[in-house]
Order: sequence, then structure tokens, then C-alpha cells
Amino acid sequence: MIFSGIEIRHKKNTAGAETIDLPLPETVRIMMEQTMGAPCTPTVKVGDKVYVGQKIGRTNAPLSAPVHSSVSGEVTALGEILLANGKSCDVVEIKCDFAQTKSPDVRPPVVNSREQFLEAVRESGCCGLGGAGFPTHVKLGVDPGKFPIDTLILNGAECEPYITSDHREMLENAQGVIDGAKAVMKYLSIPECIIAIENNKPDAVEKMRQLTATEEHITVRALKAKYPQGAEKIICHSCTGRVVREGEFPAHKGVIVLNVSTAGFIDSYLKTGMPLVKRRLTVDGNAVRTPCNVRAVIGTPLENILEFADCKTDIVWKLLIGGPMMGICTYDMSYPLIKTANALLAYTEPIRNKKYIEANKQTNCIRCGRCISACPMGLYPTELEKAYDKKNKGRLIKLKVNLCMNCGACSYVCPARRDLAAKNQLAKAFVLEK
Amino acid sequence: MENLTVTASPHERGNVSTAKIMTDVIIALIPALLAAGVVFGGKALMLTGFCMICAMGLERLCNLVMKRESSVGDLSAAVTGMLLAFNLPVTISYWQAFLGVFVAIVVVKQLFGGLGHNFANPAIVGRIVLMLSFPAAMTNWAIPFFDPKSIETGATPLVTKAESYQSLFLGNVGGCIGEVSKAALLLGALYLIARQVIDPAAPLMFIATVFCFSHIAGYDGLYQILSGGLFLGAFFMATDYVTTPINTLGKLIFGFGCGIITCVIRFYASYPEGVSFSILIMNVVTPLIDMLTIRVTPLAKKTIKEEA
Repeated sequence: MIFSGIEIRHKKNTAGAETIDLPLPETVRIMMEQTMGAPCTPTVKVGDKVYVGQKIGRTNAPLSAPVHSSVSGEVTALGEILLANGKSCDVVEIKCDFAQTKSPDVRPPVVNSREQFLEAVRESGCCGLGGAGFPTHVKLGVDPGKFPIDTLILNGAECEPYITSDHREMLENAQGVIDGAKAVMKYLSIPECIIAIENNKPDAVEKMRQLTATEEHITVRALKAKYPQGAEKIICHSCTGRVVREGEFPAHKGVIVLNVSTAGFIDSYLKTGMPLVKRRLTVDGNAVRTPCNVRAVIGTPLENILEFADCKTDIVWKLLIGGPMMGICTYDMSYPLIKTANALLAYTEPIRNKKYIEANKQTNCIRCGRCISACPMGLYPTELEKAYDKKNKGRLIKLKVNLCMNCGACSYVCPARRDLAAKNQLAKAFVLEK
Repeated sequence: MENLTVTASPHERGNVSTAKIMTDVIIALIPALLAAGVVFGGKALMLTGFCMICAMGLERLCNLVMKRESSVGDLSAAVTGMLLAFNLPVTISYWQAFLGVFVAIVVVKQLFGGLGHNFANPAIVGRIVLMLSFPAAMTNWAIPFFDPKSIETGATPLVTKAESYQSLFLGNVGGCIGEVSKAALLLGALYLIARQVIDPAAPLMFIATVFCFSHIAGYDGLYQILSGGLFLGAFFMATDYVTTPINTLGKLIFGFGCGIITCVIRFYASYPEGVSFSILIMNVVTPLIDMLTIRVTPLAKKTIKEEA
């Protein structure tokens, strides 16, 4: 059992599906907490007229990104919405007038220096589009005196099953992705760029290689298709061999990792000035009759997206935002689309026959060690589970539970179907408790 | 519209299950079983089947008495029965075999909490109890290709030291049912390694240690590793998940310890064979090895290599 990373069933059904623009919904609800970090406060009132790209939420906190209106229309309500994690968040409801009038603020930013570039990225409302949603300007804005960056990695690994939104970005907006990377390299004076793609996407690798054939400083790497290849620390190690240790970010090792879609968006913002108001996402899952890639405005109710993909909403049993390995369940189909959602997966209820129950029954740990081989961080999930069950805080700290990134590889490979990843999350919270 | 199910990630699971792992082990043991059928005749197959059925029956009975969910489906009892049968001479009577199965399944496995909670390999303990209780019956080795009407028995090659390497490797020697054909056992072991069911660290270390120790002690190393139950023990019992260390360093220590103890018993103690005792002793030491070897070296050990 000496393998690094795990083999998973890719199920990339939509790899060949051209992105379709989703029709505008009647109303959008735009959450004020789109990214990791501080939530924004709404800057509009009920009855205000808003235009596409107009800023409707802002905050002065450094770790945050502003929120923009994704449609033109009228603000009909300011409310609160309960997030899946139990917190609540402000939400602005806008009735769409279907004219999609551009806000006068939308114009290409003037960028001549590093500071102007970072300010522009902040104003664009950009965050990591791969799923975690770290505000991009914070990631790019590391102090070059303290952490000299020598490599930019464009992350096109997309290691989760089903999701093909980054794959489509690399095919449909290949030049944009490269131009975005070049802009980042230029303003942040990064000498080298590596475009890292899993080798299960040969067409994307081929296209990127063609377009960067004349570029000296951009190389394209085909990485092994092993989950979780796309995790920031893992891809940093795969591409450069540098190990990002406990408490460190890739920047400590001179590396910035950006998602390919993020790079593509930065390019389009620099050219048009249109902030992050729409995104591409994969719609799939066994409840969806026509799996597809759609481009939808932020704030679109999820049920509109599902209906567009010929999914009968009454048969949906579980609805995931993100991939099946790390995605988060939503409890409500009218939940609005957020910036970080790279996929929407709808599942029907499984038939609970004998075979299903047999296959999903949790049994005793047989100490096979598969979770240990699978863990990309080199942890001992089975030992962590035992330590958590005994509420042994000292041992949990010694076994470095804080390093778990919740990739779910341990649960995926466990032959006894134990919920190791979930236990790790509980253990992480338990360790932080007083 | 509401009432959607909310669960923790990950939302999909892999295909591997305990039952599938055990099925792989059974498949890997089949070549050795066929070899035993050829060498010792139908009684070997009958005895193996008898032990497997008894093991599963006793497992189910224990589940019922202890009010636990049925665990026959995970096939671990079948594997235990099969391994125990492989460790018996073909001449043993059925009631003695049943006693061994009883010790293995009821005493060692179920009384300690079932699969995953047993401290020692059930089949090993079953064999050792039989060996201490019925020393004569347990060392009554039938010579290969015997006539069922008048069974001739002889000493194990560990005592005679007069078999050719070829006979030892192919299985034309006396011994327990499953241990005679090293070729068949090796075939099964390669299957398990290829399927990533077992980690070759412990068995290779075990065999290498026996080989080296024998040389140092002035014995024929190759003869020592090819005779007795070393291959069976190393590949199928020193790799039992539950009772061996969990990481590679621990497995290496385990294999080394097994090798040393096996040789000490073979060369300097009164028993001709020491594989089962060595594995039992190392089973007991396993928690200690785990305690000493589980060290988290975050992120330092993993390399996902790029492909051209």
C-alpha cells in the first residue's frame, strides 16, 4: 500500500459540454459573505436602483472582497440567510429588470504598478474560484521583501470527481488564462509560471502547450491524476518539490498558487472592468438529466440552475455545492449561487436495499492502514479517530490533527466505512475548545 | 422542496470493503489449497472446508449469543478457518480440528470483541493450542502422495534436512496442509501484493532475517526459508492487519522480531518449528511497536510525482 494520493472515479461527464449562459432569474439574492474572511455590509437600501457591476457591499477588513450586483434592477429586500454552517449572513435581494444595464463604474482599471494592480484585484471582488474562496488580492499581496515569490502555479488540477468547470475554462478561455497569468507575473515580478493540469485532461494540456510554446517563462506540467492533487500545498510540492510545513503558506516557500479560472477572471477584469458577477459551474449528479456547464450570475437561486439542467427538483435528496469529496450540503434549493461554487451536484435518494446497507454499514477498524497511506498530509486518521473517541486532547495535538485539510481521502478508502474525515473535523474543533 | 439531506463530506466512498479484502485473501490461498489437494489428496480439501464451515458457524453462533450484528458476511471467519486448516497435518481428526477452530473463533476473536479487537492472530493461537494439547497428532506428517489406506508418516524436512530445494519449493515434502508448496504460496502472495492488499515489508523482512540468521548460525539459509511454515506464516499471518503494526517501520521491526524468534526456536529450543510462536509473541508486542513508531512527520513523506 505504498501509494501517494488515492485513485478515485472521475465521472467527468461534462468534460465535452460547452458552457451555456443561464437565462437571468426573476430575482437574485446576493450574499454579503461570498469569500473567506470578513462579511461585507450592504451599501444599498430597499428601493434603490442598481446596475450590473455596481458595488453593493463593502467592508474595510483586509481579509475580504467587495460584493457587486450581478443584475440591473431594483433592491426589493435586505434580509438574512442561514448558512449551512449555522451562521447567518446579510443578503440583498434584487428584482431583475432584464435590461442588464452596465453600471457607469464599470470601466477597465488603470494599472501601472504593483499597488494599482492589487487595488484593482481587490475592487474586482475576486476570490479563489476553485472552491475555498480565499480573497485573491490578499494572496497576491504578500510582502515581497519578506517572501520573495519566484513561481506562480496555475492550478488546473481539478481533482474532484464530476467537476469540469476549470477544464472548460482552459479550453474556452485559454488565452485569457495565460494573459491573466502574465499580468500577475508582470505586476508582481514573478519570473516563472507553471500551469499544472492533471493528466486526465489531455486536451487542456495540449491546448495550453500550444499556446505557451513561444513563452519562455511559462511551462505546462501534466500531473498524475491522483486525489487530492489540486490541494494548494500538494500541488506546490508536486510542481516545485518544496514542502509547505505546518503553519506555513506556499508564499513562505516562494510560491503563489492561483486557480486557472481566477487567472482567467483577472484577465477579463483588466480588459473590461466588469467585476466578478458571474461564474461557470458544473451541474451534475444522478438527479440531473442533462449534466452541463452553465455560466450563471451570482445570486441565482440553485433551483433555477437545476431546472435548466432538466432536474426534477422534487426527486432531489441531497444537493451539494462543490464536489463530492469536499462539497457542502445545502438544506434549501432556493439557496443563492455564491462565487466559490464550482459545481452543483444533485443526488436522488439511494434505494436502501440489503446490498446498499451492507455496503455502507460502518464496521470495526481492521487497522489495514489504508487511511494512513491515503492521507496527503502524512497523518494517522485511524489513530486520530481513537484519540477523539477517548477525548484525548494531548494525543490529538501530538498527532497534528490541525493539519487535516478535510480532503476526505481517508473516509473514501476506508474498507470499514468509518467516518474518519468527519471525526477529524470534530477533533479539530475539540482541540481548539478551552 | 426543503428537507434535503445534509451530511458531512465526503459524499462518495470507494469500493474497497472488508469483505472484498478477505475475498482477495481467500483467492490468494487457493493455489496452496490446490497444491495440498494434489499432494495430500481429498482429505486435505475436506479438512479445509470443514474448518471454514465450522469457523463461520461458530462466528454466527457467537453473534447470536452476544447479541451482535452478524459478522459472517465480512468473511474474516472463513479466512481464519482456512488458515487454521493450512496449519494442521492432514492426518489430524475432525474433532481436534474443531477444537482448534473453537479456540480461534470463540476464545481469541469473539470473546475479545470480534474482528478488529483480537490481540493475536486467531488461527495462530488455534494452532498453538492444538500443538501443546496434541503434540503427537500435530506432528504426524504424512509423506506426500500417500495411499489413503495405509498412511505412511515421516519427520518434517526441518528435522531430516535431506530434501532437495526443488522438492521443498514445489511441495513434494511432508508438512502441514497449506505450507508444503512454497511456489503456490508465493503465487498467492504476489497476487495480494499486486492488489495492494498486503504490504511486503513485514514478510520480506521476516524471510530475510531467517535467511541471514541461519547463515550466521551455520545452517543452510535457503533450506531454512524453504522448509516449515515460514512462507505461509510470513505472507499470510505476519500480514494480518489487526495484529501487526500499522506503519512500515513497525512492520519491519515486526518482521525482524519474528525472524529472530523463529530461528532461536528452530536452532536452540526443543521444537523443530518456531514460526507460529514467533508471530504470536510479536502480536503481543505490536501495541508497543505502534506506540514507539507512530510519529507524525507532516507532509514530509509524501511525493506525488509528476508524469512526463
